Amino acid sequence: MNQDIYVVVEHLREQVMDISYVMLAAARVLAHATGGEVIALLLGHDVATLARDLAADRVLYVEHAAFADFSSDAYQRTLERWLKERMPRAMLFGDTTMGGDVAAWLSTHLALPLVSACRTVRADGGVLKFVSQICGGKLMAEGDLAAPTALVLMVPGGFKPEQGRAAQPPELVRANAPALNDLRVTVKDYVEPAVGDVDVSKETVLVSIGRGIQNQDNVELAEELAKALGGVVAGSRPVIDQGWLAPTRLVGKSGKAVKPKLYLALGVSGAPEHVEAIGDSEMIIAINTDPAAPIFDLAKFGAQIDMLDLLPALTEKVQQAKGLA
Amino acid sequence: MNIVVPIKMVPDLVEELVIDASGARLEPDALRLKLNEFDDHAIEQAILLKEKGAGQVSVVAPDIEGVDDALFTAAAKGADRLIKLTGNWNNGVNNHALARVFANFIKTLRPELILTGVQAHNDLDGAVGPQLAEHLGMAYVGYVSGVIISDKAQVRKEFPGGLIAEMQVALPAVLGIQAAEKPPRYVPISKVRAVMKTAKIETFPAMELETAGAPLSVRLFQPETGTRATMLAGDADTVATRLVEIFKERGVL
Repeated sequence: MNQDIYVVVEHLREQVMDISYVMLAAARVLAHATGGEVIALLLGHDVATLARDLAADRVLYVEHAAFADFSSDAYQRTLERWLKERMPRAMLFGDTTMGGDVAAWLSTHLALPLVSACRTVRADGGVLKFVSQICGGKLMAEGDLAAPTALVLMVPGGFKPEQGRAAQPPELVRANAPALNDLRVTVKDYVEPAVGDVDVSKETVLVSIGRGIQNQDNVELAEELAKALGGVVAGSRPVIDQGWLAPTRLVGKSGKAVKPKLYLALGVSGAPEHVEAIGDSEMIIAINTDPAAPIFDLAKFGAQIDMLDLLPALTEKVQQAKGLA
Repeated sequence: MNIVVPIKMVPDLVEELVIDASGARLEPDALRLKLNEFDDHAIEQAILLKEKGAGQVSVVAPDIEGVDDALFTAAAKGADRLIKLTGNWNNGVNNHALARVFANFIKTLRPELILTGVQAHNDLDGAVGPQLAEHLGMAYVGYVSGVIISDKAQVRKEFPGGLIAEMQVALPAVLGIQAAEKPPRYVPISKVRAVMKTAKIETFPAMELETAGAPLSVRLFQPETGTRATMLAGDADTVATRLVEIFKERGVL
């Protein structure tokens, strides 16, 4: 057992994902308390240069053709070995489309405790603590990161990516991968995001709709408002999964991060997966019937009314203000 | 093909979440449970596969309040077997325990494919799917939004920014469903009621709950509300008038 904190670096198509820097920042807090080092684990193929701005004491670079694309199987087999051999005090993963496929498997396989949805970590009198955000952002859970080795799935929000970026390249140590033949999970191809539609990440006014829109027919009401405001309609996960808006309009964890001048959140509860993508908006205005909706913690202005009542009234008044009606 | 869909119930977030006196869990009496919405997508995906000619769909759930409705609704959509696992679920259960219970039972069904929700909003110890995969020695892929079955599974896995990877997964496998290929179908209550008269929920005893692997000494609390929004009072018309003023002040209009 040692006191080091390992971070599994997430990267996709030769880009380090922001969550990796968030994890490095968290790892630094933990390593400061344990007296150990921050070790970044970079599993990849021809991507050693990605290590250059990782704020780690050392980067372990495991090079293998099997890491050219993400395979849960390849990651599980490799990380299993590192955990068994090194027994770090903690290993951090992104609570993402990648880390989520790996950490829970390792927890079960190696009988190591796992916490997910972890937003922040800290040390309290030598005890390592986590705080997770669950139930759509309506509940926090705090507890201990159990020894000897705790696995942690991290979400953004508690640390800024800049805190995990280094000005100087860290020491890079190359390490061997285990045998990775007969992988059960392999990538065959990629489907690029649809082009031709608007890019919500570049729009200055977004009328964003959530579960409160209730059905597809009501989407038109939001379209009319967006048109009057010179913006476009975006949406949260439930609206996209229902097929009421194109996937290109998804704002959130698996969609786009946005930074408009106005983000008008209509019937959007403000679940963490959505909130992480709208923090750079200049102004958020939230309309929701639920007074406890987490979106009100982020918004500058809010109103506790039904979005479906507001939409026609607001569209009309905006049109009047612009002399359109 | 034998498809199994393990589901779980989660707190309905429309209700206020009340923390009990212990501080470690939600007050059961104040809690309304509903089907995890990603599990609803897993059920839909399983039934879409069945309709394309792939075998039988069994839905498996812990025997807790509200689960009968979820199971009968699944039957009304086309699920073949409805199974409840009875046990001491009263004190709440973490995903490590749930995955062990599911694995212990589901192995007796010898499935070729297990579809389950990629996550649930109350997951604090990772998702059920990858844990289940480990217990059963199967491959796992999560964040799946489309499945084609041949001798292997071809799945569409979502990555950030709208990128999708087409992946090949050896069977048997566990897939964590993010979204079914089509939105979960609507079934009228009358159809669910009709199904309740004919469909049977089978019950089997769950193995003893073994909770190791989840975080310990957990304390729940409501998030601190830092700078809350300035709330605009009045009806829709009043709010709309005020919003137009704000838009003008901010140069949006």
